[in-house]
Amino acid sequence: MHKIGWLRVPLVATYAFLYIPIAVLVVMSFNASKNPFNWAGFSTKWYSALFDNELIRQGFINTMIVAVGATILATILGTLLAIGVARYFRSAVVEAYSLAPAIIPDLVLAIGLLAFFALIGVTLSLFSVLLAHVVFGMAFVSAVVIARIGQTDSSLEEASRDLGASATTTFFRITLPSLAPGIIAGALLVFTLSLDEFVVAYFTDGPSTPTLPIVIYSMVRFGVTPEINALAALLLLVSFTIVISAQRITRLTDAV
Amino acid sequence: MSIPTPTSGRGAARRRALIGRTVFAAPGLIYITIFMTIPILLVLVYSFFQRGRFGGIVWEFTLENYVRAFEPVYLQVFSNSLVIAGTTTVLALLIGYPTAYAIAKLPTRWRTVALVLVVLPFWTNFLIRTYAWIILLNSEGPINSSLVDAGIISAPIGFLYTPGAVIVGLVYAYLPLVILPVYASIERLDRQLIEAAGNLGASRARAFFDVTLPLTLPGVMIGAIFVFVPSLGNFVIPELLGGGKTVMVGNLIRDQFLEARDWPFGAVLALFVITLLVVLFALQAAISRRINGTGKRVSSRA
Repeated sequence: MHKIGWLRVPLVATYAFLYIPIAVLVVMSFNASKNPFNWAGFSTKWYSALFDNELIRQGFINTMIVAVGATILATILGTLLAIGVARYFRSAVVEAYSLAPAIIPDLVLAIGLLAFFALIGVTLSLFSVLLAHVVFGMAFVSAVVIARIGQTDSSLEEASRDLGASATTTFFRITLPSLAPGIIAGALLVFTLSLDEFVVAYFTDGPSTPTLPIVIYSMVRFGVTPEINALAALLLLVSFTIVISAQRITRLTDAV
Repeated sequence: MSIPTPTSGRGAARRRALIGRTVFAAPGLIYITIFMTIPILLVLVYSFFQRGRFGGIVWEFTLENYVRAFEPVYLQVFSNSLVIAGTTTVLALLIGYPTAYAIAKLPTRWRTVALVLVVLPFWTNFLIRTYAWIILLNSEGPINSSLVDAGIISAPIGFLYTPGAVIVGLVYAYLPLVILPVYASIERLDRQLIEAAGNLGASRARAFFDVTLPLTLPGVMIGAIFVFVPSLGNFVIPELLGGGKTVMVGNLIRDQFLEARDWPFGAVLALFVITLLVVLFALQAAISRRINGTGKRVSSRA
């Protein structure tokens, strides 16, 4: 059954296509030369230049404020929504509606929110970015938690209720712990998404508080700067760590 | 303990469902309605009104914004975008389908690793992934210098700032979104059907084109939509890799909202993208209903 044969060719080619650009960035981040196309020996000077860059540091702080806030809100709302949709609605339409923010093109959401915030008189700031990130973040958490609910068995909750536990006790002692892996994985994904999100932030952020992706955009627009390579390598490390841990958390519990 | 009568039991269940819906689902559904549905409806409403002098809106009904979208300049941008997004989609499928097929043939324990490796780049900063191609495609960049060193070309080729560079960037950005749904549809495939085709004397190529490919079409369609729609709406890649020479619908929408400050016209352009998305999803649903229907008929006959 498992004969791969010539299919090895597209497989290897695809991974090369996906990872060579990333590898080039990481290698170049250690290049001593200011010219990114000439290798002039190993150096970590772009990393120290990066930490001295005030714009990037401020952008990082802004991004963290949004990402942490959006993750907390999206995780709470998304988890509740998933339980509500999977346990009490059982309707394909409601489920599709709750997942829609994850599918809708980011540019459409971005201009809609810009128009909406302008209409109701919300001043654009990190707070409006946070509100925006919660919308699609919540949809991602719901998707992961709904999948988790599909795998768990509701008989434990019935047993808990039959044994006289209140609805609240059952929720906190049975439901939440059994969904925890999905909730944590969902939270990690929202955090990563928010950390890297550019389009929606670009439209809903105020001019004095750019998030890190907005800072990166303005730097990249003006050409190649070696500090970006160092930043790229660090961000890759962060994203990879988060995604792999999310993956491990879901897989570990699949085995149980 | 009293035994509940059937009616009161049903009443209690209904009450519990109502409480569950209110406590659990309502906050999220309300949030989505306020911060997604209303904003999008607002875009729809704005498309029928006149632009304000400094952005914003003047509440006077007009169809002028729709008429304007048919001016040759904009029709050119639409057709440009459709060609670029279409080429991107075809290329992504040509790369993604065999990759997904190969992953599905891997031993089970390797499949998860292979899939995580496909998704991993997707979860990293999209601007940085695009930036990597600025370096790669540069006339002094590694691709050009290795081609020159190998004697294949005599002078560097100006890859960057061409429609081709935009397409490469878009394929790179959205390839994982093709591989995942295609993989899922190949995984779900009823292998007995392919074996049956083989037993009935079909060649492997014939079995692939007559059985495998049609049955995985719903996954292919989903993958195609996931690449096509965001490609149309992308304004960063055309700007960074196309050097502003390739204007797509996404660039036009961005400019109407942030530079020209003509929100009603920008709204019309955005509605074009939304409509396309809805039509494509409806098409996908219709195709997958047909295929699942015939699939069931075939397997029940077998």
